Amino acid sequence: MADAITVSSHTGGAGGHLSYLKDGKGWKSWAFTVDHKRIGVMYLWSILAAFFLGGVFAMLVRLELLTPKQTIMSAEYYNRAFTLHGAIMTFLFIIPSIPAALGNFVLPLMLGAKDVAFPRLNLLSYWIYVLGALFAVAAMVTGGVDTGWTFYTPYSTTTASAVTTMTLAAFILGFSSIFTGVNFIATVHTLRAPGLTWYKMPLFVWGMYATAVIQILATPVLGITLLLVIFERVFSVGIFDARLGGDPVLFQHFFWFYSHPAVYIMILPGMAIISEIIPVFSKKTIFGYKAIAWSSVAIAFISFLVWGHHMFVSGQSRLAGAIFSFLTFLVAIPSAIKVFNWLTTMYKGSIELRAPMLYAVMFLMLFGIGGLTGLFLGTLATDVHLHDTYFVVAHFHYVMMGSTTIAFLGGLHYWWPKIFGRMYNEKLAAWGAALTFIGFNATFLPQFLLGSRGMPRRYYNYLDQFQPLHAFSTFGSWILGLGLTVAAISLLAALRKKPDAPPNPWGGKTLEWQTSSPPITHNFETQPVVTHGPYDFRVGSAR
Amino acid sequence: MSQTAVQEQDSRFLQHHFTEMEQQVDASKIGMWLFLVTEILLFGGLFVGFALMQARHHEAFIAAHHHLDRGLGVLNTVVLLISSWTMVMAVHSSQKGDRRKLILFLALTLVCAGIFLGVKYFEYSHKFHEGLLPGKYYSHKGDAVPGQFMFFSFYFMMTGLHGLHIVAGMIAIAWLLVRAVRGDFSAAYNTPVDITGLYWHLVDLIWIYLFPLLYLIG
Repeated sequence: MADAITVSSHTGGAGGHLSYLKDGKGWKSWAFTVDHKRIGVMYLWSILAAFFLGGVFAMLVRLELLTPKQTIMSAEYYNRAFTLHGAIMTFLFIIPSIPAALGNFVLPLMLGAKDVAFPRLNLLSYWIYVLGALFAVAAMVTGGVDTGWTFYTPYSTTTASAVTTMTLAAFILGFSSIFTGVNFIATVHTLRAPGLTWYKMPLFVWGMYATAVIQILATPVLGITLLLVIFERVFSVGIFDARLGGDPVLFQHFFWFYSHPAVYIMILPGMAIISEIIPVFSKKTIFGYKAIAWSSVAIAFISFLVWGHHMFVSGQSRLAGAIFSFLTFLVAIPSAIKVFNWLTTMYKGSIELRAPMLYAVMFLMLFGIGGLTGLFLGTLATDVHLHDTYFVVAHFHYVMMGSTTIAFLGGLHYWWPKIFGRMYNEKLAAWGAALTFIGFNATFLPQFLLGSRGMPRRYYNYLDQFQPLHAFSTFGSWILGLGLTVAAISLLAALRKKPDAPPNPWGGKTLEWQTSSPPITHNFETQPVVTHGPYDFRVGSAR
Repeated sequence: MSQTAVQEQDSRFLQHHFTEMEQQVDASKIGMWLFLVTEILLFGGLFVGFALMQARHHEAFIAAHHHLDRGLGVLNTVVLLISSWTMVMAVHSSQKGDRRKLILFLALTLVCAGIFLGVKYFEYSHKFHEGLLPGKYYSHKGDAVPGQFMFFSFYFMMTGLHGLHIVAGMIAIAWLLVRAVRGDFSAAYNTPVDITGLYWHLVDLIWIYLFPLLYLIG
């Protein structure tokens, strides 16, 4: 038996079963579905819409910053635009992007399961997401929010803008995130196919598991914090208000206790995708499987101990600052372990630079920059200089956009044929990737320079000497927008074609490639049995 | 009890994506435990906030807590402890397949929860009457120590959130009661009773912490 995985049939509809896309017609068959694949697809379109909206705000912000003083909008609108950009991208796009959209679709397939453990909870999670999104839209049309996505007190408890509605939206979205996390952990524990031991699971699953742990442990704290902000606004309870004997810095502690781990809710799934793409397009067993798997868990663990590095200049004690700084450096270790293992996987592999792999290679470079500049900010002395400057903006965009979103796009291209059963135009996809890469760097590299020269973040106006770099960044954002548009055209154009994707276009070894593209409603014709590891390219190369 | 018996007897409650009942039971329990973890963290934020503010405004908190009626606090604690016991007995009865006792103990749990909320209503209306309200609505006259409003901010947030959890638990238990009367539960299938029991104990446990924190700090 040469094949890694024993499945009786992998051609679509061979047993008379319909693909999940055709099994059921009409809006009700989607709105009330409990199929993890359909829920994943609904999530996908929703988060892409959020990405578009957040992107529009980003382009407006960049356009405004083309010149000092007013370019296209007033300072008041500018404050709202960057707040909405941040809040939408964080809560409506990045956090649910990989787990809820791609993860929902792929995770049960990778486990050889028919569905997630709690399908109805999964559907509930989606509709709660929609409800949260509606609240966010309501906040936009009823005056907007101008606090920045961090909702720092005391400004957030005193401003007249629609903070209550927006924080309520984030509170609601938190439940959607928690439900996804609960579902994934229960699914991984109980629904693995026969033979699929923990160390035979694809690394994507390990990444999703680590992410789910953070979603469960961190999100409730954000929930109660946002409730406290709402109570503070409605009742003046006093906990965050220094005039009433409270402590505004306590809000920062609470907020970052969630929001720093949330950063890893965003990056771990990105890393999880890269761990899939690199071995498949290098046709080589992943190097250091256990090191990558456990480094995800290590990152999840350390993520809870570093929140204070956001508050080096907020008046916490020097000792606390030093401890948080030290713990922050620890995160670099598991992150570096991953990067070295990916590079070593590529070494002497037969590398195929198809679109997903292009994104993976881009990820390695951009994450390298994003990760290492994080160390500048984790160092107490340099952070005092760089805190709240464009250096921070550039750093987290290299991680959030340059790493997570790029990995998401890589994953989207990687699984697009599986999800919709259609191959996209490879050339167009490669152009999209290249333009995105160039545009991204053109936008954000100058911001490191701006920040180190003292340009503060979130400012509407700036000194004339910063204009060339700001203008460069704005021009870069146009290339970035063009690149993303080209990528979108390549993917969307594929949907107009007839289904043409083979079950396993990339020669992957994980279980999702052992069923038809798109999969049937029950995922597999017969229960798959796993006998080999997920990246075992030595055997069964026929597929 | 043997697995095959489990499978044979109640395959009508086995969802399509599980191959056997044991797997489904495991998943449900993991799910509920994870949910309970999120609950602890949700309340954890309030507990941390309370601890910090109490340390900062020690005298005001001590003075404010004298407005609470200890007797009623004790009564509610006893009522909830009894309800925990009746819930345990309900779970036990469902595992034995004793439908009559299951219905009885679920009903008793519901009654205890009702008494708890009744007492809470009485306490709340008393506080409302005296102007012992959160934040800017605090209007109690003649305080010797200023700043007592913050204690009542926490009092209402914490007991309010806990009360909502009691209400949610009552809805769940009422639903169990309907299903028990319908005869859904047996020795072979009783997971919903089991995991609702877990939830109910957590709600009780939170009160066990709330009671000394709010009523007995003096």
